[in-house]
Amino acid sequence: MRKHFSNISVVLFALLSGTIFGLGLILAGMANPAKVLAFLDLAGLWDPSLALVMGGAISIGLIAFTLAKKRNISFLGLKMHLPTTRIIDKRLVIGGLAFGIGWGLSGICPAPAFVLLGAGSIKGIIFVIFMLIGMEIYERIESYRKK
Amino acid sequence: MLIDWNNFSPWTALAGGALIGLASAIFVLFNGRIAGICGILGGLFRPQKNDIYWRLAFIVGLIIAPLIWQLFAALPIIDISASNSLLAITGLVVGISTRYGSGCTSGHGVCGISRLSPRSFIATLAFMFAGFVTVYIVRHVLGLNFGLGA
Repeated sequence: MRKHFSNISVVLFALLSGTIFGLGLILAGMANPAKVLAFLDLAGLWDPSLALVMGGAISIGLIAFTLAKKRNISFLGLKMHLPTTRIIDKRLVIGGLAFGIGWGLSGICPAPAFVLLGAGSIKGIIFVIFMLIGMEIYERIESYRKK
Repeated sequence: MLIDWNNFSPWTALAGGALIGLASAIFVLFNGRIAGICGILGGLFRPQKNDIYWRLAFIVGLIIAPLIWQLFAALPIIDISASNSLLAITGLVVGISTRYGSGCTSGHGVCGISRLSPRSFIATLAFMFAGFVTVYIVRHVLGLNFGLGA
């Protein structure tokens, strides 16, 4: 019973977090791909908003992660899953560069893609479907490489 | 550099960013996880037992956010000028590359920098740099205007 209850709270806090994240994206204007692209267009009419979104998020995040690093278990009693990898390899850099190209061409990254889907945008739905296909392709390549 | 003062929205950007930070704070402190969308989503492809519902719940949260917003106010303008075929290609690229590079704007950009991870600084520099160069080439070298709202 106790375990069952805690499983529900884990799901509810994930739902709460995802919802606040999505509302933050909408308020910040980041659910509008044209505004994201206006940030990436340094040589055009530049809209610096995205930098302030990152600044606002990171200033809260710094406090939260400083607290989180000191803990062995979460407030819900779960194991902390903080990344431990420290190697800077070509996967990280090539993955980042390729993502930046896709992001620069569309103005869409994964979190806003789901907000666009929820807003009923057909273009958002197309992006999400192909992003999911891309992730499945990644999984297949990885399992093939490991054989 | 010309700043677009008509569209620059410093206060809502900061407030929205703070909400994103709050969401990441709740997620790491209560669930013990990084609010990185690609990682949360990626774990659903070869899921382990008891590791599915919280992932789905976070994604559902993102999807219902615009519905909740609309209970109180109209959604801001959504302007996607990329064609459907370009969105399909870029969706594929984003899907593969964010998994390959272990993160995107949320995981590396927000959470990674917040936990002062050198890997995430590098990843964020890489995708920001590629994003700036891509938009420069598209708009100012090729002279194409998709994404401009035209």
